[in-house]
Amino acid sequence: MMNTLPAGELLELFLRFLTLSLLSIGGAMSTAPEMHRYLVVERGWLGDADFTTAIALAQAAPGPNVLFVPVLGFQVAGLAGAAAALLGILLPSTLLSLAVSRWGATRRNTPLVRAFTAGLAPVTVGLTFAAGWLLALPFIGDPAHRLGALALIALTALVTLKTKLAPMWMIAVGAAAGALGMV
Amino acid sequence: MSAPPPAPATAAPRAHPASPLALFVAFSLLALQGFGGVLAVAQRELVDRRGWLTRLEFVELYAVAQLLPGPNVVNLSLMIGDRYFGLRGAFAAISGMLLAPLLVVLALAASYQQLAEYPAVAGALRGMGAVAAGLILAMALKMLTTLRGNVLGPALCTALGLATLTAIAVFRVPLAWVVIGLGLSGWGLARWRIALHDAAAARAKEVPTDVPTTAPAPPAGRDPGTPG
Repeated sequence: MMNTLPAGELLELFLRFLTLSLLSIGGAMSTAPEMHRYLVVERGWLGDADFTTAIALAQAAPGPNVLFVPVLGFQVAGLAGAAAALLGILLPSTLLSLAVSRWGATRRNTPLVRAFTAGLAPVTVGLTFAAGWLLALPFIGDPAHRLGALALIALTALVTLKTKLAPMWMIAVGAAAGALGMV
Repeated sequence: MSAPPPAPATAAPRAHPASPLALFVAFSLLALQGFGGVLAVAQRELVDRRGWLTRLEFVELYAVAQLLPGPNVVNLSLMIGDRYFGLRGAFAAISGMLLAPLLVVLALAASYQQLAEYPAVAGALRGMGAVAAGLILAMALKMLTTLRGNVLGPALCTALGLATLTAIAVFRVPLAWVVIGLGLSGWGLARWRIALHDAAAARAKEVPTDVPTTAPAPPAGRDPGTPG
């Protein structure tokens, strides 16, 4: 199934995602509810299942989670839609980040910038623990595979802390264990 | 183009990417390993394996990347690339982060219907997800060491970190609110602590001493031009 949109609607999609970009504090996923409202409810370009599939595919595939956005665009309007959605969600935030990081780099030693990096550090560590917990939660909640999954999670953490092995190999082990039904 | 790249931000000898192409390749490789999130792999590759950044630099860049709008890892790539090769580097790093995974995910989206029928595929995805969780948890444990020496001190660091963890993992507060609320609190508290430190340092300096602050001795053979 490959949909297309007239150029005018494609432009509208692009402009809508441009405005969402500056709202995506904490990542593009924080704007997913708004994208759902626009693509599914308001325009009817996608169904609920299409929307969920796009997010699941991006989670399963390698790379940043923001890639669910071009998948949504792809479902709406093929490759042109993917390009419009991805460029829209990235351009404003990227330009802003570049400006802010350059501004901060020249003032690295001012109290305000030092306070910023020091004050944000514990929040960042807390967020990372939360991300790990939320990713592990579905495995812990599934009694059929709980032991295997917990063992795999613990083994991965241990190998990461104690060796310099590339993550690729751990992921390959995980995929093999999963394909064999151990996880 | 043989224009010399801008000097790296650090003075100490440190591994760094040789060219924008090297950045592009490094970011492509790490992005392709990033199942369930790229962050842990980025830390692994850039800090542990390539040594381009220290743990502390990584955490600081990531903290900024997180508070800005846009995907965190994309902002992070941009800052790292910009640091080494300016705009070209930023573009190389972002392209590396996005291009190859984009092709993979679009290919998946195009062939999703057929793939979903195989239980082994679903199982493999689950296994990769569990590994992703382990990678992130290990990364969080490593990040703990970067809080040593933080101007906030252990008590405030613990309080802010635990508040963040419970807000997200237990109460499911939207990320933007957590980052803005607790991030700004952390910023304000750190600014206050730095002011306390500076005031204490200023008081220490006021203690009268007879020793004049001596300039470092000029190297031998550089007599002319030395003032006084």
